[in-house]
Amino acid sequence: MIITLAHFLVVGAVLFGLGLFTVLTRRNAVAVLMGVELILNAGMLNLVAFGRLGSGDVGGQVFALFGIVLAAAEAVVALAIVLQLYRAVRSVDTTDATELRE
Amino acid sequence: MNQGPAYAIAFFACAGLAVLGAVWVAVLPNIVRSAFALLATFVGVAGLYVLLAADLIAVVQVMVYVGGILVLMLFAVMLTARIDAVNVSNRSLGAAAAVAIVLPAVALLVLAVLGASLPERAPAAAEPTTAVIGAALLGPYVLPFEAVSLLLLAALLGAVTLSRGWGTLSRTPVIVRVPGGAGAPAPDPVADEGAPDPEDPAADEGAPDPEAPAAGEEARS
Repeated sequence: MIITLAHFLVVGAVLFGLGLFTVLTRRNAVAVLMGVELILNAGMLNLVAFGRLGSGDVGGQVFALFGIVLAAAEAVVALAIVLQLYRAVRSVDTTDATELRE
Repeated sequence: MNQGPAYAIAFFACAGLAVLGAVWVAVLPNIVRSAFALLATFVGVAGLYVLLAADLIAVVQVMVYVGGILVLMLFAVMLTARIDAVNVSNRSLGAAAAVAIVLPAVALLVLAVLGASLPERAPAAAEPTTAVIGAALLGPYVLPFEAVSLLLLAALLGAVTLSRGWGTLSRTPVIVRVPGGAGAPAPDPVADEGAPDPEDPAADEGAPDPEAPAAGEEARS
């Protein structure tokens, strides 16, 4: 069985779907962040797969590298926000943070 | 590239590990177990990167994700959630509604992948990519490279600022007054900016707000 580009893209699509499911169903803010990381991983897998089996140059890998940096920066800032949220409302439940609504 | 059966076996092993870990992340009720399932996903995706001959990306994936982001998430879980509580991560949207959203999206993606005429280009033989990526980063991609370094600096400062807590940074010019040191008054920005008169002691005594250090201490606690 020959593994083609479509195999990698299907794996990326499934990872994206599971990440989206995690973001939609979880109420814990850290778990929502895990779903976002899954989605980012799916996107970067697609980038590397296209770079290897599509265009053939190194651009896809460079873009994936930038994506990893973005994911790290996003995780750091988001976790700092989660810690502040916990300090403010003593909970990481995303439905408890309703101060701006009132 | 001559793909042996070992390549397919390795692909399905890595893809299965990644997808299984993602399923666990999505459905396990315990957030700590979700974090460790995320580890399986990251390792599986790193294996897929190896199969795509992206060795540097695979190593960076393991180092940054597993060594950095995942440890950070575990710290966040330990610092915030009451882990032994039963309903630590219960569901907001119903699972049925989420499936109703996710399933069409994934089906659309898979159909688009299967229906598209993808470029079936035989890849070149796998060779080390680190030097090529390094040359590309400082060649055609030097502008996004510099922008990303600025972004990392901004994220660093932002995380430090957020983690210090609210209210401490709004009082940054905390005036330190030496007790009993009347001859050496603390540098006050208002007094320095207004009338620099070193011979008038009343300006040194009256100008600094006596409530400012107390308010700073109060905000910090």
